[in-house]
Amino acid sequence: MKSKSLRSREALIFERSTPGTVGYQLPAFDVEKVDPAQTLGANLVREEIQGLPEVSEVDVVRHFHRLSQWNYAVDDGLYPLGSCTMKYNPRINEELVRLAGFSQVHPLQPESEVQGALRLMWELEQALIGITGMARVTLQPAAGAHGELTGMLMIRKALQDRGEARHTVLIPDSAHGTNPASAVFAGFKVKELASTSAGTLDLDALRRELEAGDVAALMITVPNTLGVFEPEIAKAAAMLHDQGAFLYMDGANLNAFVGIASPGKMGADALHINLHKTFSTPHGGGGPGAGPVAVSRLLEPYLPVPVVDKRDGRFALDYDRPKSIGKVRSFYGNFGIMVRALAYILSLGRNGLKAMTEAAVLNANYLRRALQDHYHLPYQSPTLHEVVFDDSWQKPFGVSNMDIAKRLLDYGFHAPTVSFPLVVHGALMIEPTDSESLAELEAFVEAMKAIAQEAKENPELLKTAPHTTPVRRVDEVRAARQPVVRWYAQDSEAT
Amino acid sequence: MHRYQPGAGDRQRILQALGLSSPEELFTSIPQDLRVGELPLPLGMAEEEVRRVFRQWAAENVTADDTISFLGAGVYRHVVPSVMDAVLSRAEFFTAYTPYQPEVSQGTLQAIFEFQTYVCLLTEMPVANASLYDGATAVVEAVLMAARLRPEKRKVFVSRLLHPDYLGTLRTYAEAAELELVELPWDASGRTHLEAVRPEEAVAVVVQSPNVVGVVEDLGAAKKAAGEALAVQVVAEATSLGLLAPGGRFGFDVVCGDMQAFGLPPSFGGPHVGFFATRKEYLRQMPGRLVGQTVDEDGQRAFVLTLSTREQHIRRAKATSNICTNHSLMALGVTVVLSLLGKKGVRELAWVSHAKAEYLRKRFALLAPKVQLAFPHSPTYNEFLLLHPEPEALLSRLSEAGILGGVATSRLAPYLPPGILVAVTEKNSKGDCDRLVEAVGRLT
Amino acid sequence: MARPENLVYSKTHEWVRVDGEIATVGITDYAQEQLGDVVMVDLPPVGKTVAAGQEMGTVESVKAVSEVFSPVSGEVVEVNGQLEAHPELVNQDPFGAGWLVKIKVAQVPADLMDAKAYEQFVQEEGGH
Repeated sequence: MKSKSLRSREALIFERSTPGTVGYQLPAFDVEKVDPAQTLGANLVREEIQGLPEVSEVDVVRHFHRLSQWNYAVDDGLYPLGSCTMKYNPRINEELVRLAGFSQVHPLQPESEVQGALRLMWELEQALIGITGMARVTLQPAAGAHGELTGMLMIRKALQDRGEARHTVLIPDSAHGTNPASAVFAGFKVKELASTSAGTLDLDALRRELEAGDVAALMITVPNTLGVFEPEIAKAAAMLHDQGAFLYMDGANLNAFVGIASPGKMGADALHINLHKTFSTPHGGGGPGAGPVAVSRLLEPYLPVPVVDKRDGRFALDYDRPKSIGKVRSFYGNFGIMVRALAYILSLGRNGLKAMTEAAVLNANYLRRALQDHYHLPYQSPTLHEVVFDDSWQKPFGVSNMDIAKRLLDYGFHAPTVSFPLVVHGALMIEPTDSESLAELEAFVEAMKAIAQEAKENPELLKTAPHTTPVRRVDEVRAARQPVVRWYAQDSEAT
Repeated sequence: MHRYQPGAGDRQRILQALGLSSPEELFTSIPQDLRVGELPLPLGMAEEEVRRVFRQWAAENVTADDTISFLGAGVYRHVVPSVMDAVLSRAEFFTAYTPYQPEVSQGTLQAIFEFQTYVCLLTEMPVANASLYDGATAVVEAVLMAARLRPEKRKVFVSRLLHPDYLGTLRTYAEAAELELVELPWDASGRTHLEAVRPEEAVAVVVQSPNVVGVVEDLGAAKKAAGEALAVQVVAEATSLGLLAPGGRFGFDVVCGDMQAFGLPPSFGGPHVGFFATRKEYLRQMPGRLVGQTVDEDGQRAFVLTLSTREQHIRRAKATSNICTNHSLMALGVTVVLSLLGKKGVRELAWVSHAKAEYLRKRFALLAPKVQLAFPHSPTYNEFLLLHPEPEALLSRLSEAGILGGVATSRLAPYLPPGILVAVTEKNSKGDCDRLVEAVGRLT
Repeated sequence: MARPENLVYSKTHEWVRVDGEIATVGITDYAQEQLGDVVMVDLPPVGKTVAAGQEMGTVESVKAVSEVFSPVSGEVVEVNGQLEAHPELVNQDPFGAGWLVKIKVAQVPADLMDAKAYEQFVQEEGGH
């Protein structure tokens, strides 16, 4: 990580303001002037907005350049956030998305003028169908959680269509928090399923719930959030289908089995795919991503409108789908993300995608093997693309998973995911991804070993970490007790 | 091995370290009957090959750069300072994750804090979140928040002059939330007819201003009609906030919409960036991420994601929203553009767009009765509706003349009057406007 | 960890002090310590009728939300207004200034524990 010697304070852009400074020039004004008070009415018009900054272009460039230097990013090094799949973001994809033929295309141009854009969407859908073994894909959802909601709305609509009122969605206790939230926003009630001692789906518990009736769907992540493949997934799918219920698969961990196995064969009815995880589109500091949803034949009629169709070699947007759940957002999806994802898929191809999965799983298992004598492994089952340790060997020294995470920042690595999954107390969830070389993994292992040693010998060092970052540990309690979520022109207002 | 992956030597050494002879041995937990053979995809391509394919597809699209464009209807083409893309191209921003570790994420956090401040200043609302997916989902989140605040009510009175995609998305979500949408018609002036509103039964009253036919709504009247229910203003053309008094001034409870107009590329409809501003007392009911100001252990100002107990990763089924991301990078882009424009530019850009639209409107008024302004006496910002019985045919003839003349209402929703929505920005010269009028005059 | 003798305790880690017909309710020292620094307390409105075991509010830290269940049945007659500005009182003085609500008691369930039983319960439940 960057040292504190680098300029580590930068005022807010509003505080850099100097009256009379500008950072823009508009094209020459060539029509008659208007008085907005006349054209719009005085009560509808506002004057210049007090508080907006007056800064030059140089000021703006320096400001954001400096801010950028306080971020850790994938291009800095290993970013082992479990379940986030922080892999390399290829530069060619950034070049392609900026082609005017993609970036400067308006969504409401006539279809004849946007055949290339529609073709790209169609090709991406075909590729995702090939990878997942599902029947069709909507590319519209803007994120994984948006995909979950879209998928669950389709399931709701399919049940309504059958004239069935089912309200319960089963979700294992190891699931991402978005799963229960999405199910609720789609109008369902959530029932949590306890996992087995191996951390996987409990088929007996599933059977009991199915016998009780009212189950609309099971939402499950495969492999689960411990990185463990669900060995009984196909059986679970069959049990659900026998009872007229659906299997919703959370594809957050798809990076573990692309080219090895397929959700279609597992019996999934709906599956969202995080293009910003498995297919390398950049996380952007928290978005935008994209969460396409792949569905089985059964759910195809309910896809949100529009879908892209190919007729006689021409591509068209089809809105005429009477059973569709309707719109789930504006226009057709995060097209810029689709461009990047398809470029990645074509760059890797069938051979590269399989090699990607193997590299991801090899890397994760290397870290598991190298660290298991230093950190406690709560579940012994074989794992795929990620591994979850906990802090129980460090706890006796008063050191928590959070302290370990913060200390890693001093060693120049991002922290793993902490305190998730909820089934593991003090979790450290590590996903190295397929991008990392052995040398990078070894450096990470050395750092983790050194921290395990420090935990025994000098726990205070960990509890006060990080020491070398642009800011020290921040006071989250104060932020939450007296929320300040914006800058104010006068301090007196900042309460 | 592929150029994005570690080499064969690494692979061999890791296999040895694990005591394996093939990676296949790591997948034994996946039953054979779930396995696939070769994926139905081509072999991997060289960078140059990928570039060739994508350039070809890009060339199959007509871009606004090649033509004169008057397209709007939710996606607007304003000036894009080169600085914006230079900032967004910095890997420190675009290859970072959500700023969960604040000590190594101050760049993203401070930028988003600035974004939140910009949204507050533009809307005259006290608090704003870190952004949402887009305008349509922002409207949904506003209505769902209103429903949490007024749990005994089920009706949502919503203007039919919302962008049809926003209204369509709201219909989808409202059904699942068991909310009843009461769609409000418009009057002869192109403004939402508010008479049907029943505040005592309402969760919220939702109007877009400027609305989808470009008319600036009477926000004072809408707020009054909303009474005790939440008044929600939707903004699809965000640069209008530089010239038009925003909902905050009229006592609105939520101002939300899309910030794309501040310099984000159209990108065939996404990614853009939703925004959401509200009253301080609703802070803990807000959807989405929030960045807050605090201090670090040395007492230095620092920023951190805050009030996350509202969110799904803690509250799970009881979260205020299922969202777990914002559109951070797009929000950063808007923050850069707003910083460059600043106090003077935000107003000037809006004023120029408006002045050019007024110019074009006047010229079209003189073309009557060939074409007719739908609402000639109503205030509009930079977009207006031109009535025409066969808008798609007219547009396609304009297109042959190298002009993207606007958006046919038939493309948006069947219930809108037939015609063309024409949007004008500071990018359109007087000459562009004259060419459009001349071509329409010639072709009708 | 403090477990005052003059109070009774619920299995959901609330304490109760009954004075005549008024019960004062808060969360225990153990509960506040598990939760960490409290940043927000959400309490029921005065006048609300609550049943024993019913959720009546939440106590939030930065990373967790804990539901507060009414240990008795009755009507809420007072809430601790201090907590809105000073939620940290729940951490600093959980059995005193950090009290949550006062309830006019209709019924006190028989399964509330005395200090000793609660201590044993905590040990069995959490192993702490």
